Amino acid sequence: MTFDFTDKVVLITGAGAGLGNACALAFADAGAKLVITDICQQSLDRAVVDLASRGAEVLGLINDASDCADVSAMLDSIIERYGRLDIAVNNAGTATPLQEFHEVGEAEFDRVMGVNLKGVWLCMQAEIRQMLKQGGGCIVNMASATSRNTYPNASPYVTSKFAVAGLTRTVAVEYADRDIRINAICPGNVATPLVVSLVEDLSVLATKHAIKRLGTPEEVANGVMFLASDLSSFSTGSLLEVDGGWNAI
Amino acid sequence: MSRLLNKVAIITGAASNPGLGHATAIRFAQEGAKLVITDIDMVGLAAAEKELVALGAEVLSMEQNVTDEDRWQEVIDATVERFGGLDVLVNNAGIAVMRPISEYTTSDYDLQMDVNIRSVFLGCKKALPAMIASGGGSIVNMSSVAALRGIPGVSVYGIAKAGVQIFSKSIALEHAADGIRCNSLHPGLIDTNIQNDSRRDNPDEFEKLGDTVPFGRMGYPTEVANCVLFLASDESSYVTGAELVVDGGLISK
Repeated sequence: MTFDFTDKVVLITGAGAGLGNACALAFADAGAKLVITDICQQSLDRAVVDLASRGAEVLGLINDASDCADVSAMLDSIIERYGRLDIAVNNAGTATPLQEFHEVGEAEFDRVMGVNLKGVWLCMQAEIRQMLKQGGGCIVNMASATSRNTYPNASPYVTSKFAVAGLTRTVAVEYADRDIRINAICPGNVATPLVVSLVEDLSVLATKHAIKRLGTPEEVANGVMFLASDLSSFSTGSLLEVDGGWNAI
Repeated sequence: MSRLLNKVAIITGAASNPGLGHATAIRFAQEGAKLVITDIDMVGLAAAEKELVALGAEVLSMEQNVTDEDRWQEVIDATVERFGGLDVLVNNAGIAVMRPISEYTTSDYDLQMDVNIRSVFLGCKKALPAMIASGGGSIVNMSSVAALRGIPGVSVYGIAKAGVQIFSKSIALEHAADGIRCNSLHPGLIDTNIQNDSRRDNPDEFEKLGDTVPFGRMGYPTEVANCVLFLASDESSYVTGAELVVDGGLISK
């Protein structure tokens, strides 16, 4: 491990599984004090036990990122426990089963946009209010390779991820002069539980990438840690592709 | 730290201090790399070598005009002979010939394109066989925010840097199967010697340049070097054909 986040207070939303969980493990190994959230109690509990067994200080919170009151309470709990928030990884996300655009129900659209876009919006607002009080901080949003590329039959997801990229860059500029850096990571396909639940044949996904394999959760976590670390001290509003060359094709 | 422990890296344009190549060489040395540094400025290069050796790095310095195909081959051969392989290439050497198109001569054009893009073509072409023989590697090509936005007076520099960007993507695809990654890095305003002309010609305006950056300042060479380091290291093992912007928010404003 080459990154060092000793005693940094790091929030990772949606950390019960998948990329968020990989980020939590990586930050724990790098010495961070963790706050992890998830909407699923069972996943959250398992992650908290796992992180604690590695010696990490961890606060687990059940949270619906798309619920304003819930997000507000989340920040209160973080400040009550740790007194500050240094780094936030807005990772919580969801997707619909692959479906042609004209078949997508309004409720499905609302659900995906609620978590993937409004969730990032609400979390960033709460995080930035705290970061302004304490004089700075760093935010990494989970965008996607589909923040720049298409993915047929995933229109709600792609729409939400394009929006996250625009939101990230705009808000980054607004707070650039107040020591808050805001960047996004754009992962390619990784065999997370979410992806596995939606895609029947993972080998087809591998062909989307120049590196003819899926990414690993650890590779995405490395990118997140780069953006959260001082190595990227002059980057804000940047989108980092960790996508095995998908965007270049 | 040991992000590049025992990796063999070539960095072009490493003499100018403060400069991006020089800062990259320093960071690579701190992270355990074996270094080949090149430049046309042998006095500056000797000073850089001294600094790197003081950091405990093994260093080979070579005079190199990056537009010279034969010299590229000599640099690659010398690298492999000295260190037994090649893992990382940083195509950093570049110049900025910036003036309005009405004043831009064809010889200005040829010079700008030769130094900033023929060099990258030659560097990749000559380094790839040695990297493949080494079992893979990482190429970092120095582009610029000038590849991503129009800037008055920067037209031909912009062509070259946009060329570096898309060239990097194609090389990434051509050699992904060889375990070779290729990415472009896009710095914004960084306080290096490449700013010397504007610092000298328009000192008052130069002072205000930092205010045009959302961060309110120019970047430090080390901040760019840290991005090169990430792209060169195994921490970015799934990053290829990507464009990493390090600009203090400049292109987002």
